[in-house]
Amino acid sequence: MKTNFPRSLQTVIIALIAFGLVALALGGYFNPVTSWFTRLTVDAQTWVSTRYLALADFLTVPRDVASLRQRNTELEAEVAQLQTQVIDLQQKVTETNILSALVDFARANPIYSYKAAAVIGRDPSPFLRYVIINIGTNQGVLPGMPVVTDKGLVGRVDAVISEAARVQLITDSASAINVRLQSSSTEAMLVGSVTGDVSLDMIAQDAAVTIGDVVLTSGLGGSFPPNLLVGQVISVRKLDYELFQTASIQPSVDFNQLGFVLVITTFAPVDITPLVATPGP
Amino acid sequence: MRRSILAAIPVLGLAVMIQTSIIGRINLLNGTADLVLLTLVGWSLQERVRGAWIWGVAAGLLVGAISGVPWYVYLVSYLAVIGMARLLAHRVWQAPLLAMFTVTLIGTLVLLMLTFLERTLLEVPLAFNLSFLQIILPSILLNLLLAIPMHSLMRDLANRLYPAEVIP
Repeated sequence: MKTNFPRSLQTVIIALIAFGLVALALGGYFNPVTSWFTRLTVDAQTWVSTRYLALADFLTVPRDVASLRQRNTELEAEVAQLQTQVIDLQQKVTETNILSALVDFARANPIYSYKAAAVIGRDPSPFLRYVIINIGTNQGVLPGMPVVTDKGLVGRVDAVISEAARVQLITDSASAINVRLQSSSTEAMLVGSVTGDVSLDMIAQDAAVTIGDVVLTSGLGGSFPPNLLVGQVISVRKLDYELFQTASIQPSVDFNQLGFVLVITTFAPVDITPLVATPGP
Repeated sequence: MRRSILAAIPVLGLAVMIQTSIIGRINLLNGTADLVLLTLVGWSLQERVRGAWIWGVAAGLLVGAISGVPWYVYLVSYLAVIGMARLLAHRVWQAPLLAMFTVTLIGTLVLLMLTFLERTLLEVPLAFNLSFLQIILPSILLNLLLAIPMHSLMRDLANRLYPAEVIP
């Protein structure tokens, strides 16, 4: 059967239907249908996408393992390099802290000039308590110059070459230094020993010595400047039948951890040997 | 002989460097090992080695220049050690480790006793009992502990410098 609707009427009808559908859609009447269709589409899309990714993974896994291994090696190398840097930086922080303390000490005691040095070795003989430092005559170091740290007295320069010096520690058994107790100004002599312990000798019997007294250099004899911290009294030995008291000292410097020291370059030790009386004939 | 002299410079230099920077900081009570002495003993006990005396002179002067102990103490001690080692190398060659232990023991004792004597002559107050217990005995023990590895090292070095002749 042939329809006799004119073409313009068909167009109007189609437009009205389309308009009606749009109006229904805008009015929300198609929501159940569109949501069902959307869900169906998304499910289908998800299924296809998941299968594709699984297939792609299956096809590309060997290449990824190789690249991951390479990347892992690169990262391990980077971690090792960073660990080396961390250790290096920690070492530098430690050195900086020590040097900073030495600089503070030098600023707090501006009457002398100082040269900083690193301890690079110890005397080969176990009988001697000497250390070797990395500055010498080229840096103005001379024999007899006192050596200190921010904690206190270390010793004195014993021998020097152009770029190194040997320092006799106050713990050496041949070391003898004139000191005084800060509290009572009692004079005494600080001596080292074969075990590395230091003690006070020649303390007058009537002098008051108590545990905890601070020991400073007295400056007598001209070998060391006065008032350098040496340590503290940790025990006193007083016997009635002896001429002098003795006392054990805890040095303020830890000689086992000696890394950096300061050489007092403006202090000239006085040689009093000609003034020492010699027994006559 | 020339090889021995040429080898002495780096080997003894390295030994002195390790001694002052590392071994000197490792103490047993107040004793320390003497790497230079062990090097000399290990070297002198090798059969094919020539020029061991030169090693002794070089080591004595080198260590004597660094140490506060006078150089002649080290020179005399090291030469005595080498003499003893050369003597034993020819007599108890079947037991090189026994010779190594013997020379190390006596050599350490000689060196430290001479040092003690020199310090005492300089009127440094040293108690013998304390020195013996705190320094000499621990040093001997440390040297004996290091004797075997040093003997092996020196044997390898001697074999490289003086390879055994192959009889066709």
